[in-house]
Amino acid sequence: MRQYRASGRAFDNRSANWVTCFFRATRYRPVSERRQGNKEAPAYHLILEGILILWIIRLLFSKTYKLHETYKLTEKEKEDLIEEWQPEPLVPPVSKDHPSLSYDVVTGPPSHKITINGKECINFASFNFLGLLDNERVKQKALASLKKYGVGTCGPRGFYGTFDVHLELESRLAKFMKTEEAIIYSYGFATIASAIPAYSKRGDIIFVDEAACFSIQKGLQASRSFIKYFKHNNMEDLERLLNEQELEDQKNPRKARVTRKFILVEGLYINTADICPLPELVKMKYKYKVRIFLEESMSFGVLGEHGRGVTEHFGVNIDDIDLISANMENAVASIGGFCCGRSFVIDHQRLSGQGYCFSASLPPMLAAAAIEALNIMEEDPDIFTILRDKSQHIYNALQGIPGLKLVGVQFSPALHLQLERSSGSRDSDMQLLRTIVDYCLERRVALTLARYLEKEERFLPSPSIRVVVTIQQTEEDVQKAVSCIREAAAALLI
Amino acid sequence: MSPQVPAAPRPFAESFEETPMLVAVLTYMGYGVLTVFGYLRDFLRHWKIERCHIGREKEEQTGFVPLYQDFENFYTRNLYIRIRDNWNRPICSVPGAKMDLMERTSRDYNWTFDYTGRVVRDVINLGSYNYLGFAENTGPCADAASEVAAKYGVGVASTRQEIGNLDRHEEMEKLVAEFLGVESAMAFGMGFATNSMNIPALAGKGCLILSDELNHASLVLGTRLSGSTIRVFKHNNMQSLEKLLREAIVHGQPRTHRPWKKILIVVEGIYSMEGSVVRLPEVIALKKRYRAYLYLDEAHSIGALGPRGRGVVDYFGLDPCDVDVMMGTFTKSFGAAGGYIAGKRELIEYLRSHSHSAVYATSMSPPVVEQIITSMKCIMGEDGTKIGLERVQQLAVNTVYFRKRLRDMGFIIYGNQDSPVVPMMLYMPAKIGAFGREMLKRNIGVVVVGFPATPIIESRARFCLSAAHTRDVLDRALSVISEVGDLLQLKYFRHKIQPARPAARDAYEDVDN
Repeated sequence: MRQYRASGRAFDNRSANWVTCFFRATRYRPVSERRQGNKEAPAYHLILEGILILWIIRLLFSKTYKLHETYKLTEKEKEDLIEEWQPEPLVPPVSKDHPSLSYDVVTGPPSHKITINGKECINFASFNFLGLLDNERVKQKALASLKKYGVGTCGPRGFYGTFDVHLELESRLAKFMKTEEAIIYSYGFATIASAIPAYSKRGDIIFVDEAACFSIQKGLQASRSFIKYFKHNNMEDLERLLNEQELEDQKNPRKARVTRKFILVEGLYINTADICPLPELVKMKYKYKVRIFLEESMSFGVLGEHGRGVTEHFGVNIDDIDLISANMENAVASIGGFCCGRSFVIDHQRLSGQGYCFSASLPPMLAAAAIEALNIMEEDPDIFTILRDKSQHIYNALQGIPGLKLVGVQFSPALHLQLERSSGSRDSDMQLLRTIVDYCLERRVALTLARYLEKEERFLPSPSIRVVVTIQQTEEDVQKAVSCIREAAAALLI
Repeated sequence: MSPQVPAAPRPFAESFEETPMLVAVLTYMGYGVLTVFGYLRDFLRHWKIERCHIGREKEEQTGFVPLYQDFENFYTRNLYIRIRDNWNRPICSVPGAKMDLMERTSRDYNWTFDYTGRVVRDVINLGSYNYLGFAENTGPCADAASEVAAKYGVGVASTRQEIGNLDRHEEMEKLVAEFLGVESAMAFGMGFATNSMNIPALAGKGCLILSDELNHASLVLGTRLSGSTIRVFKHNNMQSLEKLLREAIVHGQPRTHRPWKKILIVVEGIYSMEGSVVRLPEVIALKKRYRAYLYLDEAHSIGALGPRGRGVVDYFGLDPCDVDVMMGTFTKSFGAAGGYIAGKRELIEYLRSHSHSAVYATSMSPPVVEQIITSMKCIMGEDGTKIGLERVQQLAVNTVYFRKRLRDMGFIIYGNQDSPVVPMMLYMPAKIGAFGREMLKRNIGVVVVGFPATPIIESRARFCLSAAHTRDVLDRALSVISEVGDLLQLKYFRHKIQPARPAARDAYEDVDN
């Protein structure tokens, strides 16, 4: 590289340095001046052009950098990588004595007297609140339906899977709950898990109670919305979250105008056996303009004077709740679930509820059984009072057992018995409770541990025994069960 | 175990004829006209010139954020509602080869329906998924189910892990495992939920799921809920799948380049909208070469394909142990409800303890379980008769006959020559409604599908054949279809058959999620 020389001489053909040529050529000066001016090129020119040349040299020799890394591998390297890669096993091995591996086997009908593992026991474990599992009328109606329609529906609701029994069940449910419309699903778990993503999409906000059940959690996950948990039944915490959201909305009103907000609660919580404070929630709904979705699987057919659930229990106008969802597998003793509310809300699920559109419909005999159960519920509203009295009785009887504490409210028919003092490890707690359950099974009282997926639950409840009240249990049954549990606690929980 | 009957290797014949150009142009024009009219009607409704039937928000809640976005429902309001009478038709009999429909009319263009109270009898049923004809209310299956309903009741009111595990459930699961030729199986109450609850238990963060383009909504939901990375390969295209597999193993996870924990390939046996059958031998070869796992959803193919009715594995004469996770449903060929997953003992033991359904969902109803047991024994021949085998063969015969006759008449049919799901192309939006209504006028019930279940210009009518259809019934159906086809000009076939779609090596695009 030739150095740039501030020579006043004319253009030298031998200087092959194209940089120099370029600079000389771009510097225009009138011919007359050139000869004179070239004698003294100013210093800053030299420095500047020297820097520029050095910079260009640097750029020419520096490494190229790519925006995304793709390193070119040879074919052989790729084959080697493919040969070496070892995947994990499809499923991790499950130890032989995993507690959830061996199921208790029930032979015969799972009704008031249930035969578990060969022993006939009194059933304190199935959610058969109104005793309809072995009701003769329900069975007869189911049989009649079977004789007419067969078992399966062979298609989803849209493609010849809609039977007249489905339409009848939907209209009966709507009439029973005093709403405009109802929609049925063929699986209880899928009901709320399909309803939530039908309305709440990415970008919307849902305020959920911490004790929400697993199907709600799956619905929330499928919806991809923002989830904000508030402490169980704690209205101050909910109000705080709503206030924070309101402040956010004021900062960004355009976004707030299209962000839907929902509060999602259960009527009677399955995990904690207590009730949500519905009147306060309705007040908050109108104050903060948030919609309420209510999950009533445990409270439908249990609470309220006529069994209409927690809205009847508190005397709240049912139109104030945007959507009520429940499964028909507890009090109604059938299979499936339903949602009810105003037509404006429910009709949307007929095209956007995944569990409704893409799944086969409920077998007609199960729908017929549900209709007959509704008939029984309507004819005889005293059963709800009887159920509440029995629940109260058992609640009182199970108080004060040393070593165990009762979790739940007094009219909840599905209570939990937890250990008063935990040993520190969940596994050993579960084993201890299991010994109590086994002790009771030996003495012909059927109880069960409440089961959860430990790694998947967001707020894992403590280990507990489920105690379920049904109207078929007599005074002696209750006495026997209570004394059994007391003995077990005394013997095993030192 | 009955001896393995080796299936004679059948040539894999699938065809998806290209849409004729003129038809495509007219279809787009049709949708364009409908959209313009849609906007016009919305305008009229907004200015109250036309009566508005759409549901309204409550008075006290008008200040709330709107529950639905107007645009979302544009298609529903202006296109779907107008031909809505082709769907959700209520029936009041067994959904067998012939059914009874409830007559309904509408005075306000399908916004609301009135039931006249009359019943349209003996409508030929080409829409229900009744492949082996087990949707019946008489016969051994119905009798057994009745007995169990009388003895056990219909509900269970508890989950499998608590107190809802009946001895009938365990017997049914053993039978399913025997039927499929695998070590063990587990059943669930709903086919949709089987996928959406169990795929998250099998794959999680750090895993890769390779899923076919046209997989069912339940598979898509299950893969999404699992939290794994999802990559989509072109429908039934083995080159696309292989390229994705190679890239995944060579490059590892995006950005960190850690190796993937496992790779799960998710395919279906028969795709219900296309009528195509998965290329199982090639998928299994790829899976073995690259050490991936295979999840096969046999919702439509179990009972419907194969010389013994054991599904797509039987159809190709392969070993069931090669498929890691076999999933299927009982709704279609067994006339019951529910789904199952089958495979090695370790897999099922893991699912018994970790599946969402086993812990939180109520177990299956006893009469439904009994229906499954009886129909499965019938297909296997264990009830002492040959009825099951006869039905399987009748279905195969019906399929070949029906497809051949439709092809000869000049309709465009998609899918594999042996698949009992027969999609017949309609293309234009007006023909969707017209075909459904004309067929019903002539006492045949068909299923028509349009957007969004299919691509927008590829609307179709889908026939589901059944072993319960006799030759006369099929002949009558075919003559009516031909008549309506002439009326609506549906015979598009122009002798330009493309060979099965996935042959093109260069037609591939990598789609990263």
